[in-house]
Amino acid sequence: MWKWLHPYAKAERAYQLCNTLLPYFTVVTIVSMLVGWVWGLGFAPADYQQKDSYRIIFIHVPSAILSMGAYSSMAIAAIIALVWQIKNAELAVIAIAPVGACITAIALITGAAWGKPMWGAWWVWDARLTSELILLFLYLGVLSLYHAFEDKKSAGRAASILAIVGVINLPIIHYSVEWWNTLHQGASITKLDTKAIDPSMLWPLLINILAFAGFVGTVTLIRLKNEILQREKHRPWVRHMLNKG
Amino acid sequence: MQFDSFSDFISMGGYGFYVWLSFGTCALILLGILISSLRETKRIKASVEQQILREERIKKAKQEQSL
Repeated sequence: MWKWLHPYAKAERAYQLCNTLLPYFTVVTIVSMLVGWVWGLGFAPADYQQKDSYRIIFIHVPSAILSMGAYSSMAIAAIIALVWQIKNAELAVIAIAPVGACITAIALITGAAWGKPMWGAWWVWDARLTSELILLFLYLGVLSLYHAFEDKKSAGRAASILAIVGVINLPIIHYSVEWWNTLHQGASITKLDTKAIDPSMLWPLLINILAFAGFVGTVTLIRLKNEILQREKHRPWVRHMLNKG
Repeated sequence: MQFDSFSDFISMGGYGFYVWLSFGTCALILLGILISSLRETKRIKASVEQQILREERIKKAKQEQSL
């Protein structure tokens, strides 16, 4: 047990775990993204009200869900990093943050491109949009806070604390469409019993959610490997691994 | 297939600009972060390998000096 907890063995073990998981994540992402995009763009029926413009849903909803999902994972990693002082969890926080920021940006941009034809405006300052924008700033805040410190130990701690405090924004995003009067429509897939969305549109949407989840996983694994290598570059195991091939 | 022709598919019932703007920027951002992450991997590995070679050269030079 203590040997397993040994910090040196740990980074190496985490690196190997990333290597083992990476091919599965990559395959799931490529397959589901191909199927999801082709199905969503070409084969799903047009909406009776929004016609073909609704096809943006197949990237807007997955990116919005994953922007919050990635934030939750980042916050969980931050809690582990702070409570158990595990260095790899700290690296995971920093590995997820840029991916989460990109996904949040996609949710905002696709939302704007959907809002223009449907609402007549690229942007409105309503609760859902504003809280999602704050999520983007939280990701960027975590990143810049981490890079603002010379000492990586305090950098990791500060970034982790900000990540945990920012969790308060997640329920605000989720319930914003119920708490405030908003242009943004309410939830459709989480209300499965009300049949708010037809299966012919729900299936490609679910596949696209899987694709985005896979993508976030894949890139996070790649970035986590980078962070581990960067921090452990003077350790024998890194040198041994790179010397071999 | 929901569309009769390729030009139909591109025009998306008149919403082509917005649909392709969304999917285009989405693809660009996803590819962007993927490629930059992979480049970073390459850069780190190259710098470690260079460091190893450098240390070996220093070691060799020291050995030759002491002879």
